[in-house]
Amino acid sequence: MLVSLFVTCLVDQLWSSVGVSSVEVLRRVGCEVQFDDRQTCCSQPAFNTGYRDEARQVGRRFIEVFESGNADAIVTPSGSCAAMVHHLPELFSSDEHWQKRARLIADRTFELSSFLVRVLNRDDVGASWPGRLTWHDACHGLRDLNIKTEPRRLISKVRGAEFVELDNADSCCGFGGTFSVKYPEISLAILDQKIEAIERAKVDAVISGDASCLMQIGGRLSRKGSKVRVMHIAELLASKA
Amino acid sequence: MNHLTSETFDDNARAALDDVQLRGALRNATSLFGKRRLAAAAGLQNWEELRNRARSIKDDVLLHLDQYLEQFVANAESRGAKFHWARDASEANAIICKLIQDRGGRKIVKSKSMTTEETHLNVALEAAGMQVVETDLGEYIIQLAEETPSHIIVPAIHKTKRQISELFTSELGIPPTDDVDKLTATARATLRDRFAEADVGISGVNFGIAETGTILIVENEGNIRLTTSLPRTHIAVMGIEKVLPRFADVDVFLKLLPRSGTGQRLTTYQSFITGVKQNAADEGPDELHVVILDNGRSRMLAHPITRQSLACIRCGACLNACPVYQQIGGHAYGSVYPGPIGAVITPQLVGLKKTAQLPYASSLCGACREVCPVKIDIPQLLLHLRSEITEASVNKRRSEQFAFKLWARVMTSNWLYRMSGEVGRLFQRFVVHNGKIGKLEKAGILAPPLAAWTSGRDLRPIEKKTFRERWHSELKRHD
Repeated sequence: MLVSLFVTCLVDQLWSSVGVSSVEVLRRVGCEVQFDDRQTCCSQPAFNTGYRDEARQVGRRFIEVFESGNADAIVTPSGSCAAMVHHLPELFSSDEHWQKRARLIADRTFELSSFLVRVLNRDDVGASWPGRLTWHDACHGLRDLNIKTEPRRLISKVRGAEFVELDNADSCCGFGGTFSVKYPEISLAILDQKIEAIERAKVDAVISGDASCLMQIGGRLSRKGSKVRVMHIAELLASKA
Repeated sequence: MNHLTSETFDDNARAALDDVQLRGALRNATSLFGKRRLAAAAGLQNWEELRNRARSIKDDVLLHLDQYLEQFVANAESRGAKFHWARDASEANAIICKLIQDRGGRKIVKSKSMTTEETHLNVALEAAGMQVVETDLGEYIIQLAEETPSHIIVPAIHKTKRQISELFTSELGIPPTDDVDKLTATARATLRDRFAEADVGISGVNFGIAETGTILIVENEGNIRLTTSLPRTHIAVMGIEKVLPRFADVDVFLKLLPRSGTGQRLTTYQSFITGVKQNAADEGPDELHVVILDNGRSRMLAHPITRQSLACIRCGACLNACPVYQQIGGHAYGSVYPGPIGAVITPQLVGLKKTAQLPYASSLCGACREVCPVKIDIPQLLLHLRSEITEASVNKRRSEQFAFKLWARVMTSNWLYRMSGEVGRLFQRFVVHNGKIGKLEKAGILAPPLAAWTSGRDLRPIEKKTFRERWHSELKRHD
């Protein structure tokens, strides 16, 4: 299957190993991977802050870039950005032409873990990682795309890994994009509930499907001097101990 | 007690976060109600089907509201109810004051009603020289403390047992006690006398049934039953959206509302009131007056996206589920309706200018939508309101507007996108230590978001090699 990777602007700039791992995992399961280096952002920051004109400008660019390839699927290591792509038709609700184009793109855009399990029907990708780990359900993947069992199935097949459920795994980490900088104190108060749950779980690593949540959780763990590391599911699935 | 406003939401929230007692009370109560709701919903196999049915009934009502209201009024009038239409809060309050004055009334008992909180009815009644007593235990506590409710169905959720004991000691003169039964019995005994002497009882309305002209009000304490049956005059206040087409629809909503609100299978009391007593010898009030309130609701009705706000049945489940509400409670919102649904309804009721912070007081996690018994897409509404706020340029948002214009330019140009990364990489040299960016207090003026982020979290720096660079140097050749 020919896959076009939408790496996301965040991963491109701040966490390139998530992109590299995504390519590795996709190739390992037999996909051919394309990367169009004109891609930038899915438009979510503007859409979520209320700047719809700006979001449409960036959204049109996204559509144009991903229309130009001949890939069977567009895969991204982010539930949040995948969910935004699925919101694009709504963003163009008063523009039939662009809405149609947005819908065609949205229909073949998938978050990485759900792509592996739902589309390719693969839950063992040959990964191994020694240690105790847990999973944080990132909100948009969970509630916009209904991704819940897929990452857990993938993690359960990682050799050497001991999985424990996090208390309130499906509660928000407090990131919320611009929310985290508009209301940093509330964001941190929510985050600290998540950190407490992670500490109770006594794990070596927290896994999630969104680099944004992992930056929020990891940034706090790092500030508190915690030894727990954060890891994107693509990184976990790419690892070979 | 000075009441908070939505304009100072950020300050209110910070103060709430510093209140250890408040946060303890909130944590216990919201998690308890959340667990009870989950268990109660799991007890019904057709929960999702019920939610869908409830929403489709509400959608039908909102599309044909005029017809259903007329039917409801005609049927209730034929049983002796009198109707009054109020465009806004002050009209509603004036109607109610006049009804009471015309009957020489002065002593009023009230049952819990968010709609009368919305109209600030108690203030109007007191200004007209009347004595008003709230008879719901939580509302009674709040009234004694001269506060406002901080939750839609649990008005005193922010108070601990100890705070309530201290309040009863100072206001009702009982010795301090941590025995909840004693506290409740004290309130009950005091309120019994108020019921007996009241001239008028004022209630809200949960549902108005068009087919029969019946008002349905649900509760657990029996105070609504007394409020609506003991005084000679009963005044009920309802929003225009509260009507249901058929009596059979009650079945759907009585399954959803108690389970979503308190996790109960059914509330202790359901009062079905159809007009007034038909024989002089029967028990019950001589008069029933229903005040139907618009107060901004028809504006919500006009737009296909905002219309769903009116499907709300005021169960409060979204408050308990909201990570923001769980941390700061209801008062910080500075509005009658707090939490996610409050952040949606308040700006539509009172305008965006003074409430522009509320739609942003959400991480858009969607927990509210997940628990809503009538499937209101609250995140969608929040996003809609945010777009209205930026388009109307409410409050000074010039730097933010500029930032997003610039961002859109950068994100639509290969060259600018790459260059911005390069520039960031160049400048971050001054702030990256041990592979991370720590606290940047001094960045406050230059880059406020950066200072806000690093106030409590470390930040990952821009990579030495971006993914696209690694694609070309390490990955592409494999293809």
